[in-house]
Parts: sequence; C-alpha cells; structure tokens
Amino acid sequence: MSTLEESKVEELEEIARRVRVHVVKSTNEAGSGHPGGSLSAADLLTALYFEIMDHKPEEPDWPKRDRLVLSKGHAAPALYGALAEAGYFPKEELMTLRKLGSRLQGHPHVKTTPGVDASTGSLGQGLSIAAGMALAAKLDRESYRVFAVCGDGEIQSGQIWEAAMFASHNKLDNLIVFLDRNNLQIDGSTEEVMSIEPIITKWSAFGWHVLEIEGHDMEQIVDAVQRAEEVHGQPTIIIAHTIKGKGVPFMEGSLAFHGKAADDEQLEVALEALGEKDDEVGGD
Amino acid sequence: MWEMAKQRDAYGEALVELGREKDDIVVVGADLCGSCRVKEFGSEFPERMFNVGIAEQNMTGVSAGLALSGKTVFSSTFAVFATGRAYDQVRQSIAYPELNVKIVSTHAGITVGGDGASHQMLEDIALMRVLPNMNVVAPADYHESRKATFAIAEKERPFYMRLGRSSVPIITEEDDPFDVGKATVLKEGEDVTLIGTGIMVSECLKAAEKLDKQHGVDAKVLNMSTIKPLDEDSIVKSARDTGGIVTAEEHVVSQGMGSGISQVLAESNYHVPMKRVGIPNVFGESGESDELMEKYGLTAEHIVESAHDVLERR
Repeated sequence: MSTLEESKVEELEEIARRVRVHVVKSTNEAGSGHPGGSLSAADLLTALYFEIMDHKPEEPDWPKRDRLVLSKGHAAPALYGALAEAGYFPKEELMTLRKLGSRLQGHPHVKTTPGVDASTGSLGQGLSIAAGMALAAKLDRESYRVFAVCGDGEIQSGQIWEAAMFASHNKLDNLIVFLDRNNLQIDGSTEEVMSIEPIITKWSAFGWHVLEIEGHDMEQIVDAVQRAEEVHGQPTIIIAHTIKGKGVPFMEGSLAFHGKAADDEQLEVALEALGEKDDEVGGD
Repeated sequence: MWEMAKQRDAYGEALVELGREKDDIVVVGADLCGSCRVKEFGSEFPERMFNVGIAEQNMTGVSAGLALSGKTVFSSTFAVFATGRAYDQVRQSIAYPELNVKIVSTHAGITVGGDGASHQMLEDIALMRVLPNMNVVAPADYHESRKATFAIAEKERPFYMRLGRSSVPIITEEDDPFDVGKATVLKEGEDVTLIGTGIMVSECLKAAEKLDKQHGVDAKVLNMSTIKPLDEDSIVKSARDTGGIVTAEEHVVSQGMGSGISQVLAESNYHVPMKRVGIPNVFGESGESDELMEKYGLTAEHIVESAHDVLERR
C-alpha cells in the first residue's frame, strides 16, 4: 500500500536529518529554543514540505499554495529548517534564529519569514486559524489544502476544542491536522500533567476522521494524508506517535530539552549522532 | 430634541451594503448575531456569514485565518467577550500579524443596563488601545457608526470599533465627513474644550449648551471618534486655544480616551488644566441606562461641573 518509492523515502529521511542538524545548531547558536518538540516534528514537516504540499518557495504568497499552520509554534526551529531546505531563504540565515533583527523570530511570524503562513506561539490558537483558512478555500472554491501541526499538550487548551467543533460542523475536509504525540509537555508527561487520552475517542466524538501513525515513518506520514483525502465532509486528524528529541539520543524522551538548547559540548555529540561530523560548532 | 437611533442598527445596515459592493467581505459571529445586527448580512449572504457559536476565542482565530486568505473580516460579539474573553487571541492572532480584521463590538459600556457588571464592558478601550497595530474607533451616533463601518472596511489593517446597545441621539449630519484619525469640531468655543467619544459626545453638546446659557461659558466641543490613533494636532490646538480640557467617555477613566489625551498634553507645550469624566475604576451594576449614567457620573451635569473645575484651576 505504500505510495513512496524507496529512493524517495531515503531522500526525505536525508532532508529530515538535515532539518534536525539545523534545529540543534540554530538553537545552540541562539542559546535557547525548543529542540525537543522541534525534533519530534521534523519528519512531519519534512514530509509536508518535500512530498505532500503543493507550494512554490520562489513565490511564498502563491495564492493557490497549500498552507501550513504550525500551531505548536515553539517548534519553529524545525519549520525554519524545512523552509530553508526548501529554498524560502538562505540556510545561513538559520543561525540568526532568535537574534536581534532576524527574520527568524523565536516563534513563527507571518510578517517576517517567507513561507510562514501564520503567526503562532500562544498554544491553542493555530487550529482556529487553520480552520479559518480552510473555510476561505471552500468559500473561494479553491482546491488548496490547509495543514496544521498541533502539540499533544496543546490540546489541553479549550480553544482547540472550539476549533474542532467548528471544523467538523463546517465539513472542512480540506483541513488535515497532525498531532505530534510525543507524550511530553514542559512540566512532565501529558498523562500526568493533564491527561488527554483517549484522544481517538475524543476527536471522533467531535466529528473528525481520525488516523493513527508512527510519526517518524515517511511512508506512513504520506500515506495518511492520502487516506485523509479520500474522506469527504470531515476534517482529518492524524495522531502521529513521535519521540521528543528524536534523532539525538540524549534528547530523546527527555524533558530537559523541551525548552533548552544544547551547549557546545552537547552539540558536538548531537551532530555526531546525526551523522554531521565535519561541521563547525557554534556557527561563527 | 434629537432623533434617537441605535448605533448597531447602522452597523448592520452598512454591512449589508458593503456585502453588496464587495465580495471579499465576510462576517463572523458568536451566537449574538441578532443582537449585534449582523444577522441581516447573513440572510442576504448566507455563504459569507459564519456563526461559531459561543466560542469567542475560536471566532477570533477563524477571523485571522479568513483574513490571511484575503478576506476583509468583520467579527462581532458583545464588547466584553470580543476584547476580554479573547484578548490573547486578538493580541497574537490579529494584532501581531496586523491582519485585516474588524472587531466590531456592540453592548459596550454601562448603558447595557439590566444585565449588570458581567456584561457592561468598561475596559475595552484600554485593552485595545494598548495593543500595537490596533486602531480604535468609537462612533458618536447612528450616522457615524454607518460611515465608520465603510471607512474601516477600506483600510487593510486591524480595527476595534465600539458600539453601544441603546438608542442614542443623532447629533451629526448624514453627509458630515468621517475620517479615521480625525476629530471633528461640533461647536467652536473659546473658554474650555469638551472632548467626547462615543455616546458621550451628545452629553458634551448638552453640557456646552448649559455652560453657555447658565454660566456664560463658551465651550468648544470635539468629537474624538478615533481613539487610536488620537488626533494629536487637534488636541494640542484645543489646549492652546481654550486653555482647558474636559474629556468624557463611557469607560473607566483609567487608561481610556481621556488618559490618552492627558498623555498627549503632558508631552506637549500646553500643560493646561484637565479633567476626565468617566467611570471610576469600579464595576457597574444592574439598572436602567439613564439611572446608571447618573449614578456613575456620565451626564452633561458632570461634564459641566468638570468644566468649572478646569476653569477654576486655570
């Protein structure tokens, strides 16, 4: 049932690897940021920008493009990494993340960064924005799709469920949401802080088409979107099981790197784990 | 003496006309579509009207998404919910990305009446004027509400427009100009300037008449229908020409229009005596509109007293 050729999978995995390198390097250079949740979403974002979405890096405002709202805005380093790889701006610019005067703000901002479709960062708001975009597409009889990536802790926010109700009520089948289910939020495990399970039952009860995948498997990510497209009259949420910090062993499943960057020593270890050996650490 | 009409009626009617003129106008409501007078738009353009239910945070986010997709969005609910319940959404999803969303609230102020403090929004001007990128408009009457609706639709940026619930005097003419950011002089005067916004402009006119007839004081009356950006030139000119300022608003005096004007004056070369008429920093209560206006210090009499205070301090 796989739709991806093996060579394509390898290509996507290589891009995702580079996105991860960008995440650890740019947050290290910034001295802050959220590597954990960026690394968990890196494969999703890579699949979106390099296989799933119809978009034109040379024309970021192309009206017919598919949109992406990174509702978990703190994963901005991964989004920027994917956008830079796609050609929206020079890769060197990634090292300006969070610095004064940079186009790469700590959280995504639609006014400053080419390719960013919405300003996010205050959790819980992105799904409403994505729903508004999907509604506009319906209104204009346009065929572009709207994707959103939400964090799992984020769905504790009430506005998510307002938007969930709204999207199914309006039959927004052009809205496809990835839930980055990495099981951790800043204060601990989602189930300890404020349990969000049973997720599938909840989203189904809100009228959504629910899929569940392994969120680091390119074939499953791409296939899930194809399955979502076959459903009409319903928005789809793809519960993507992921690992926080994925790809950097000492960050995997670690709470410590939710909102903390690797220091220079840790960066070396991280880059080695990511197969990026001959790289200058620190970025200057 | 004046004909009475509701600001929200004017808004609803103007929206329908705008809808006929422009395909990109869409309206989002939150179960108060009848009260906010956006229902008529929905009757004529059902495909461009979205009721999100009692979910103002989502309403604000959906409005942002529609604006990001090229729509001119009018988002309407009661002032207390539009600015209070959804403040963070207004800040993050609309003001920060500077989107083309017009948050038009009705039922602002204490004249909401019987519903009591829970529904009497007295802090919305403060909340909205402090937000970067946000523009704030408070029309004085029916005609201005209509003109302001057209005017803000023309400008591709976020607006907060504040309308009341009750019928209020029609004090402007249908063909008077209305420019965002420009105060209008409703009466010239030499002794003191009364600056009103929203429904308090008519009280300023009443106060000016009393001052003239009963006290021989020649007051100038300024209608400050745009609260942000404030018409600084006209404020400073009034201070220079009349030597005293009284402001009047149906809002808590802390951080409202009057506060904004006091800041303009403090940084000008005209440090004239000033008095702000408005509600002290308290919550309201249930009552009839006129009873509440009286009890909370919002009548022409209060403006007259304040004018005397300013004149004595000069």
